[in-house]
Amino acid sequence: MTEVKSNNGNKQRTIYICQGTGCVSGKAFEITEALKKAVAEQGLQGVNTDFTGCHGFCEQGPVAIVEPEGIFYACVTVADVPEIVDSHLRDGKPVERLFYKDPVSGEAIPHHKDIKFYNMQQRIILRNCGRLNPERIEDYMATGGYESLKKCLKEMTPEQVIEEVKRSGLRGRGGAGFPTGMKWEFLRNAVGEPKYMICNADEGDPGAFMDRSTMEGDPHTVLEGMIIAAYATGSSEGYIYIRAEYPLAVKRVRLAIQQSEEKGFLGDNIMDSDFSFQLHVKEGAGAFVCGEETALMASIEGKRGMPRSRPPFPATSGLWGKPSNINNVKSLATVPVIIARGADWYSSIGTEKSKGTCVFALTGKIANSGLIEVPMGIPLREIIYEIGGGIPGNKNFKAVQTGGPSGGCLPESYLDQSVDYESLAAAGSMMGSGGMVVLDEETCMIDIARYFLSFTQAESCGKCVPCRVGTKQMLDILERICRGEGRHEDIDLLQELGKQITAGSLCQLGQTAPNPVLTTLRYFRDEYEAHINENRCPALFCANLISFYILPDKCQGCGICLRNCPTEAIVGDKRMVHVINQEKCVKCGTCLEVCPERFSAVVKVSAEEVDVPSEPIPVTAEKPQTST
Amino acid sequence: MIALVTDNLTKADIQDKLNDVFSHYHGDKQELIPILQETQEQFRYLPAAAMREIARFLRIPESTIYGVSTFYAQFKLTPLGKKIIRVCRGTACHVRGAGKVLTEIEKQLDIKAGQTTDDLEYTLETVACIGACALAPTMTIEGETYGKMTTKKVAEVLGDRSKVE
Repeated sequence: MTEVKSNNGNKQRTIYICQGTGCVSGKAFEITEALKKAVAEQGLQGVNTDFTGCHGFCEQGPVAIVEPEGIFYACVTVADVPEIVDSHLRDGKPVERLFYKDPVSGEAIPHHKDIKFYNMQQRIILRNCGRLNPERIEDYMATGGYESLKKCLKEMTPEQVIEEVKRSGLRGRGGAGFPTGMKWEFLRNAVGEPKYMICNADEGDPGAFMDRSTMEGDPHTVLEGMIIAAYATGSSEGYIYIRAEYPLAVKRVRLAIQQSEEKGFLGDNIMDSDFSFQLHVKEGAGAFVCGEETALMASIEGKRGMPRSRPPFPATSGLWGKPSNINNVKSLATVPVIIARGADWYSSIGTEKSKGTCVFALTGKIANSGLIEVPMGIPLREIIYEIGGGIPGNKNFKAVQTGGPSGGCLPESYLDQSVDYESLAAAGSMMGSGGMVVLDEETCMIDIARYFLSFTQAESCGKCVPCRVGTKQMLDILERICRGEGRHEDIDLLQELGKQITAGSLCQLGQTAPNPVLTTLRYFRDEYEAHINENRCPALFCANLISFYILPDKCQGCGICLRNCPTEAIVGDKRMVHVINQEKCVKCGTCLEVCPERFSAVVKVSAEEVDVPSEPIPVTAEKPQTST
Repeated sequence: MIALVTDNLTKADIQDKLNDVFSHYHGDKQELIPILQETQEQFRYLPAAAMREIARFLRIPESTIYGVSTFYAQFKLTPLGKKIIRVCRGTACHVRGAGKVLTEIEKQLDIKAGQTTDDLEYTLETVACIGACALAPTMTIEGETYGKMTTKKVAEVLGDRSKVE
């Protein structure tokens, strides 16, 4: 945690409010203002109110931490502010009801260091996120920030920096996993001036937000990594390409660049050396394919962001035809730590081939959604059940999706699989940029495959035929399977198309687009077969394949379903068993949601007949005994 | 196909606002995307007349500007509503019921995703991911995020917004 700054040696207390995007949408700005006001009104001495970037535990947001005690408050609202100020900040008595409750044991946990979500993580990239004010360069410097840059400039040659990064085993955190040090060396040895250093912050995978959180929570570590990379590669100019959908990240990175220039870490003759580096921000304009490096460079040049074939690789001919290098936000954020603590330390973490840590955005059907950083090689099970707290609502685990639209879905049998580049690739998925979406028994795997393909199909730039036409064909097939119109030959056709698209597409978007379909075919073929052969959706999800019925032996004729049905598909009367008109029903599930739990008269089935009357009949069910 | 929308902007209005935008730039063609972004901020869409002026300023063909502005999802060639609603269709939102939320908004505003209400009050869009996955399903109205959405909350959120006006 950030050290408590004390000017007079007295005990100081600081309350840090998380101002990451997640917590901001939970009114973190208002909470910060209310806290400042309340602290001032009480005239509390030695109490500071400050904010940080993302803590990662977005599920519990807005979150606040009181230091030096390390008390963690979850789901804070403006209404909680007076109690926090009076009880904790003034009287020193923490507010118990705002403590985090463990989803498994229900136990209230006061200190963040004792929360499993945090204490099982190993934070290198996210080391400062949630621990310092991202809008103050001094906070970053107080944690040793820009010391690594100084070390590089004063004590190391560019070649030594490259050697250190190579020895650390750092691989590209954007997904493909190419060794970062080697990429730097290519640029270092490339002929031509100027050389460009580019940071790819066009985080477009649906379900991933780690790059955003890093830039919002600790923008200076990305800048420092980038300046070191520029020094090592001999680049004089750089670009950070950020998605326009991330306004807060754009703002904080711009501010960080300005502060860094003022301190002389950016610009001409950095730290009185003869190394100069200018850094610019480029905002993306909403095109997923711009995450591909050649498309990204086209976009910086002001063109349509369409990939081109490689070679030539960017190191030879990149931005404006000059030698260029592109690294992901997380790769760059790791660099200052590698320089500070050494390649040996870094390479001691992780597996033989995948070194260091990886960041995942853990989301979906999981108790503890949020951003986590774990050593490479950790089993999936630990991430999902220990850190993630398991599946909420007593549902069963079905699959975990990694790698976003380029990745795949892994079934339960892979839960003990180690998480690293090679293992995930062998299983047909990939590390990708780090989205990890947990799916439970209520998720239809064909719908998930359809969902990802509809995304890549819409984002295909249209340049090459296999991707443009092939993804559309696959999507059409998946849509008809979901509608219950699947044909027997569809499975083979999907497999064949998938192979062709993978082999024939120009860039990774197309090459990996079939992955979600191919992995679900590999691990959940029975679900495809159920849809096609039996008109049955095992997850009871696909609207065309499910029906809702009201059980005559349970319905009490209360009429709540009838009143809530949006299409007036339910008929019935007081003390009459209600009946759903299957013709009119749009399968929205409202009746199931509103039917009182003590009756539980509505059922959802797929490819099953339920014996129900065709007209309302008098209620025969006995009233359930109410204990109260 | 661009729908040609006539609006009340005179040529002078457009020129004035554009001169303002152009004053931050040198006229290099690499500046096209930021210029389009700033122009759209001014007009809330890209009027055809403005695109012609940009072509002149950067000395590039109008067809190139049309090509770039139709490539990126951010750029709009027709006027948008006063408030833009973006419903996230990211994976986490999808599995937590974003589809139902979108359908509910479509029902309440009586428009489909991608359309604008007749009174130019709301434009409804979907977005691939806003990166607030832990709050899934999410939506934004004029940049303000609303998390853990349900069909019931849609009425609250839209209701609230209409009262503000």
